[in-house]
Amino acid sequence: MRKLTTSFCTVGLLAMFTASPVVADNHAEQIALGKAVYMGKSRGNCVSCHTIADPDAKLAGNQGPPTLSMKARFPDKAKLRAQIWDATKNNPLTIMPPLGKHWILSEEEIDAVVEYIYQF
Amino acid sequence: MKIIKTLALNLAVASASQAALAADSGFDMQTVDPEADRIALQNYFKARFPETEIADYVNGIYAVDAGSREQWEELEEFPPYEFDVEKGEELFNTPFANGKGYADCFENGGIGIRHKYPYWNKDEGTVKTLEQEINECRTDNDEEPLAWGKGAIAQISAYMAWTSRDKVFDIQIPADDERAKAAYLDGKKFFYAKRGQLNLSCANCHVQGTNIRIRADLPSPQLGHVTHFPVFRSKWGALGTLHRRYSGCHKDSRSKPLKPQTETFRNLEYFQSYMSNGLVANGPGARK
Ligand code: HEC
Ligand code: HEC
Repeated sequence: MRKLTTSFCTVGLLAMFTASPVVADNHAEQIALGKAVYMGKSRGNCVSCHTIADPDAKLAGNQGPPTLSMKARFPDKAKLRAQIWDATKNNPLTIMPPLGKHWILSEEEIDAVVEYIYQF
Repeated sequence: MKIIKTLALNLAVASASQAALAADSGFDMQTVDPEADRIALQNYFKARFPETEIADYVNGIYAVDAGSREQWEELEEFPPYEFDVEKGEELFNTPFANGKGYADCFENGGIGIRHKYPYWNKDEGTVKTLEQEINECRTDNDEEPLAWGKGAIAQISAYMAWTSRDKVFDIQIPADDERAKAAYLDGKKFFYAKRGQLNLSCANCHVQGTNIRIRADLPSPQLGHVTHFPVFRSKWGALGTLHRRYSGCHKDSRSKPLKPQTETFRNLEYFQSYMSNGLVANGPGARK
């Protein structure tokens, strides 16, 4: 495969380096937000591509790997966050949307979804 | 155990798609080679779905997903588009106010010609689609054009497709006009370019993502995409044109669709139809 025409949204790259993971004073609230992001069609909609062992996950797709053993596979949480913020960094042709870079999710929502999936 | 298997499968798919994303000639006028692209696409799907015969790709997702195929075969026993074909025939044969009709606008009276569309029109320097010429036939005869997406235009197109069943697509890119190749290239680039908020290309879902679930949806293979149009979709509860479907897929990837029959969409249809060369016309079709 030769060169592809890739449309880039160049704005917001800085955010990746400046955003520090929020230390939520109420962890349960953050987890609940993360779950809403994971399941919500108009939010992260992660469930459309990643199965997860949460009984509330309905009609999960399998375009991406299942969300499991996150802690073991991503001992460095920052790497996990970076994958969600912009999956095209690791794989320019990935089907996974750049959820942070394209402003699909707020920084707070990304932190929350990281915390939520880190439990699985 | 099941989960581990799926994981392995997905990783395999992800790495396979890295190696061979099908398009394999270039993306500029010097290196683009439509025939090489067509063969690469067939080889890609042969490798992905070794059980499926190339000829079966006219059946879209049902060519590769055994699960939904059975339901679809039952549906096809009482085809939901039958009424539309009849209605289309009636419309086709109803004369315009000036006494002329659709048959006067097309080669062979409009019968058995669907598989020749879209084609490169040298005089006009553009790709012409069947729906476009249906409307031109109307305006040339002082009739109002029809709306593009559904209704009468889809029914007339469905009837014309019906009279062309089993004819083999043989879309030409005339060598004596560089603009034809440029139109193909434009369509090809559009197909592989990432767009919209979700950063998705057509190829992401219809090459890489073929037959892998996005929530409850299974994207079909791009090979054979156009052969059965217009299509009766259960979700629409009606017949719709190819460009209507293009709009729908734009919305799925959160990008703003172009207008039906714009030059770029016609070029996309030209590219996609060339990819289906060698397959038969089997419209109208029925899909979930
Ligand atoms: C349209 C499909 C799609 C959506 C939506 C999606 N992903 Fe992904 N994801 C993928 C694919 C495919 C991969 C595999 C790697 C690649 O292709 O880049 C992946 C990889 C990952 C990985 C790396 C897994 C590993 O083992 O390497 C994580 C973590 C992840 N996604 C989390 C998420 C989260 C969280 C969301 C939602 C906020 C999300 N994904 C939304 C398709 C998707
Ligand atoms: C987010 C994933 C996604 C993207 C991106 C996408 N599609 Fe689709 N497309 C689908 C799904 C799901 C269907 C319905 C199931 C199927 O393929 O028949 C579909 C259906 C189609 C069909 C009808 C197939 C049939 O057999 O009737 C065509 C043609 C098509 N898409 C072309 C395109 C083109 C061209 C693009 C890019 C402009 C595109 N799609 C982008 C997911 C997508």
